Amino acid sequence: MSASSETVEKRLTRMALVRKRFARNKLAVAGLVILVAMFVLAFVGPFFGKHSWDSLDFFNLLQPPSREHFFGTSQIGGDVYALTLRGLQKSLIIGILVAIFSTGLAAIAGGFAGFYGGKVDRSVMWIIDALLVLPSFLIIAVMSPWFRGRTWLIFVVLLAAFGWMITARIIRSATMSLRERDFVRAAIYMGIPARKIVFRHLLPNVASILIIDATLNVGGTILSETGLSYLGFGVQPPDVSLGSLIAEGTASALTYPWLFMFAGAALVLTVLAVSFVGDGLRDAFDPGSAMGKKL
Amino acid sequence: MVIIASTLGYVLSSLAFNPRSNYEGGNPPIPESTIIAKLNHLGVNPDVPIVKRYATWVGNVVTGDFGLTIGEKSVNEEFSRRIWVSLRLLILGSVLGSVLGVALGVFSAVRQYGIGDRASSVASFVFLSMPVFLTAILLKYGAISFNQKIGTTFFYTIGESSADFSGGSMELFVNRLQHLMLPTLSITLGGIAFYSRYQRNAMLDVLGSDFIRTAKAKGLTNRQSLFRHGLRVAILPMATFFAYSFGLLVTGAPFTESIFAWNGMGQWFITAVQSNDINSVSAVIVFSAVLVLLSGLLADIVVAALDPRVRLR
Repeated sequence: MSASSETVEKRLTRMALVRKRFARNKLAVAGLVILVAMFVLAFVGPFFGKHSWDSLDFFNLLQPPSREHFFGTSQIGGDVYALTLRGLQKSLIIGILVAIFSTGLAAIAGGFAGFYGGKVDRSVMWIIDALLVLPSFLIIAVMSPWFRGRTWLIFVVLLAAFGWMITARIIRSATMSLRERDFVRAAIYMGIPARKIVFRHLLPNVASILIIDATLNVGGTILSETGLSYLGFGVQPPDVSLGSLIAEGTASALTYPWLFMFAGAALVLTVLAVSFVGDGLRDAFDPGSAMGKKL
Repeated sequence: MVIIASTLGYVLSSLAFNPRSNYEGGNPPIPESTIIAKLNHLGVNPDVPIVKRYATWVGNVVTGDFGLTIGEKSVNEEFSRRIWVSLRLLILGSVLGSVLGVALGVFSAVRQYGIGDRASSVASFVFLSMPVFLTAILLKYGAISFNQKIGTTFFYTIGESSADFSGGSMELFVNRLQHLMLPTLSITLGGIAFYSRYQRNAMLDVLGSDFIRTAKAKGLTNRQSLFRHGLRVAILPMATFFAYSFGLLVTGAPFTESIFAWNGMGQWFITAVQSNDINSVSAVIVFSAVLVLLSGLLADIVVAALDPRVRLR
């Protein structure tokens, strides 16, 4: 690759190149900073608050933000600071888990569909098309009474089950073109089993797509999770998410804006930061790609 | 697709819901035999095998009967009452959102990196990261404080028309418009943000292409070459997005409708899930599946109208 005249320190590995391109993108770096700040706030922040999220302060009901309660208190004396951080934690965890699950599912489904072609491909594509047309939001809402009182992990699985289709399509078309490449053919003729080819040769080559989509999926998931929780179909009480916090806070938002303001701001900032990071990653991995080529 | 969606909707809601809870816990308790009779009457008795219940439901739906709600009203009546409330909001919101979004996208692509482009990019990023319910809430409270400032009710934030309304048809129209503005706006803003991002990118791709240069070279003005040649190509992918975005709108509607207290399909869906009302929930799911299907069809027609290559096939 490198010409002999080039000095050693000028040679860049691919990761270093990606990192360099990413660092040049101001919005993406800003997004990353915000995202890291959100994580720190969500997981370290609670140690600085004076109250825990499930304790009630009966002497301070509906108090505006103060030094005792950084974000004020709710109707029943809950500490809004602690509640917001707890909700942020939950929303972030759900977003990341779902993104990992659904991208993994997309990689497997898309990889095998693209590699095998034929019947496997047709059936996977049929499932993808069917799931894309289904009103997934309504379906999850319908199933919500069933996971009420159970672990929220079921909710994560459901969100992931309805979130992998578009990525799987992209992966499928990428593997279909990779399949014709020499190194894959060589592997096939060497008699390497299909499972190994997909995991060892095909998927690593689409890793950049997977990373980008996993990042962007975090934002999308947080949006649909908070939406469902807002309506009471997602994270169930006594646990809180940003969505359920906003729902509780809006009843009297005009007079007591601190009830939902902080949760709303945290939500918008997080999703915004995630999408900036995702776009930055895409530009860094693949500078030639146009944003509109997705879907 | 509609069949799959409706089957899934019915079977899942039948499995997940407990319609019996509506009758339990009453004081004095309702006798067991009455509860069973009621459940049988509604066709939601959990002791009847699901396949059998589903078969009866499908049989009725095919003949145009969606059964009874949990309150023993006809689902059909409820459906026809609510459908126009929702459709008015959805159609207006999606048409306005796509048209304005495309216009904004074209504008910011032509003036790339200008002030307008930058401002609209930032705004659309923010609105894309903001869930519909947050936009709606902010609009609602913004409007309330605006009303308080000017002293009269300019924006109505509840319902689709004033209940105690009296006056001529012109005044009724104005009154409805005042109610319509905020819910439509909250749906439209997201749509504008969505479409303008994609339209901007599509337009930028087209602007750099050879045929635009050719069009200019043969003596067309900048404007002519942009609108007659550029826009026509760049708008094609948007027609496909339209189908997807209509699906998004269907999920956005429950929020707007419940926040602004419109008695539409979305709001019905929420109350139906909360009251374990299997028949109503299935009806709404059938409705949204039909809508998504129709919008897909519409998108295909629009693509065919714009793109001669598709028509030839």
